[in-house]
Amino acid sequence: METFLSRYRNLSVLLLLIVAQLLLLAYQVKSNQDVRLIRVWAVTAVTPFARLVEWVRDGTGGLISDYILLRDVRNENKALREELGRTRVENYFLKAELAAADRVKALQDAQVKMPSKTLIASVIGTGTGSNSRVVYINRGSTAGIKRSMAVITPEGIVGKVIAAYPTASLVMLVTEQNFAAGVISQKNGVRGILRGQGTSVLTVEQILNESKVEQGEWFYTTGEDRIFPRGLPVGQVKLARPGRNFMEVQIQPSGLASGIDEVLVVIDGVHGEIPPPGTPPSPGVQILPAPPKAGPAEGAAATDPASPDTAAATHPAAQPPSPAAAEQRTDADRLKEKYRRIGEAQNHVYGAGRRSPDFTKAPPPPGPPPAQNPAAGQPGATTTAPAQPPAAPAAKPKPDTPGATERSKPPVGTIPPGRP
Amino acid sequence: MSEFDDRLIADPPRKARVSQFRPVVWLVIPLIAILFQVYVPRFVQSLSYLELPLLVTVYFSLMRRQPIAGGLIGAAIGLAQDSLSQHPLGVFGIVMTLVGYFAASVSLRFDVENLALRFMLSFLFFLFHRFFFWLISRSLLGLEMDIELAQMVILGFLNAVVAIPLFFILDRLRTESR
Repeated sequence: METFLSRYRNLSVLLLLIVAQLLLLAYQVKSNQDVRLIRVWAVTAVTPFARLVEWVRDGTGGLISDYILLRDVRNENKALREELGRTRVENYFLKAELAAADRVKALQDAQVKMPSKTLIASVIGTGTGSNSRVVYINRGSTAGIKRSMAVITPEGIVGKVIAAYPTASLVMLVTEQNFAAGVISQKNGVRGILRGQGTSVLTVEQILNESKVEQGEWFYTTGEDRIFPRGLPVGQVKLARPGRNFMEVQIQPSGLASGIDEVLVVIDGVHGEIPPPGTPPSPGVQILPAPPKAGPAEGAAATDPASPDTAAATHPAAQPPSPAAAEQRTDADRLKEKYRRIGEAQNHVYGAGRRSPDFTKAPPPPGPPPAQNPAAGQPGATTTAPAQPPAAPAAKPKPDTPGATERSKPPVGTIPPGRP
Repeated sequence: MSEFDDRLIADPPRKARVSQFRPVVWLVIPLIAILFQVYVPRFVQSLSYLELPLLVTVYFSLMRRQPIAGGLIGAAIGLAQDSLSQHPLGVFGIVMTLVGYFAASVSLRFDVENLALRFMLSFLFFLFHRFFFWLISRSLLGLEMDIELAQMVILGFLNAVVAIPLFFILDRLRTESR
């Protein structure tokens, strides 16, 4: 045996190396577990260098461009061209900075507007192997990243985290061959399984030939894969034709369309709705600015629990009414304010006594708002503490009384039956 | 013994030379090659075709002329590549072990400082690397990977072109030959 090993020493060592790695491979495939320690060491060893290179690139990028690029321009054309070149380069960098700022702003906007809790991360490198479709992001397990978290941009889904290391995470892009996610078409609600192909387009599998999928139609995530929250845009149909068993559907991914320098990692996903056809495919929600001031009696609604704003605050997730919300007055609010002032002028307490105030008399000029119920401004308090008691049962209207018609109006703060 | 014979003994033929490198070179060059592959394609997408870790493995194995050393170099670089990829550990490791071993074995028979031979070996080992990577991914991991021969040949040619100046630079890092 010893003679055999010494005679075939090279071959023995080769076999030993191969068998050892085969066993390592078999262990990982069989147990579906990774040898995490080796990867952590490798990533932890490499990412500081990647960060250093990125830092150096950031620092020297301007210098190289200013010097080398402008030297070429100077050689070509004298002073005028030099000036033009410098301006162009500056313009280029400003545009680049603007674009970067826009990207970050868009991400931050999307982060704020999205119901899911997300974390902004930057891409710091790609995976090894020339056909690799994985990237490294600069957030790791110390930042709360975990395996199988969704990675998105405001334009659509990007991929999912397949490994989280302390200083970085590995993200499998949607274009990787092993990638899969549940998707649904926006217009016709056709469900399928999104798969990466190793190319720039994706396919949707398991769609019956009888299903209706149109070119240009958007696909969204279904949330059934438990990775991507429902309602995130995936991409537009590039090709849809009947296949042998199932329909052949190709999708142009929207999340990778404008590059992936910065991404959002979904830390805590909240399922959304598939937007109706015709709405822009963005996970963000457009919020209109507040309307202009409507009338003199502003501010009352902010403290009035019966107003729509305060009513909204009864929702557990809602916030206390803000001054901006107070501006959003309705006709009902103004009418209620008018009745309040009439009641105060005639020392009438709504709900007490059988007489109703004379609504034909003009109300006094607006004064300070009524003393606020201390609990009224607090979220949730309005559900149990109505500030105004319900109106008294209307007294029988006298036909000759001018206020009879007014009396038949619904009491303030209550919704007449039969109306939404 | 004539003066000519003495010179022959003192200065072994190039075919039998074993190159020596400083320990730091063994560590830094593969690290740079892996960093290049991780970092540079992010900015220059077209450079993703470069398999610098493979070329470095081929170079060190050729220069070292010891199959065991070649296999170990390949295994180390391959496992490092695996650690930074989405594949299980061992896929690149096995392929690079084979590349290192066979490159070192080939170097025992040829003059590895010949430019044409270096070009040819780089090209062939690129194809070898791609084929075994495809084979292992398909047979051991069950991945349905396509192999495009034309693309593979073109990429092999490009890598071989890059290998010539790269090997020339790495030659400068040699401390001695014996």
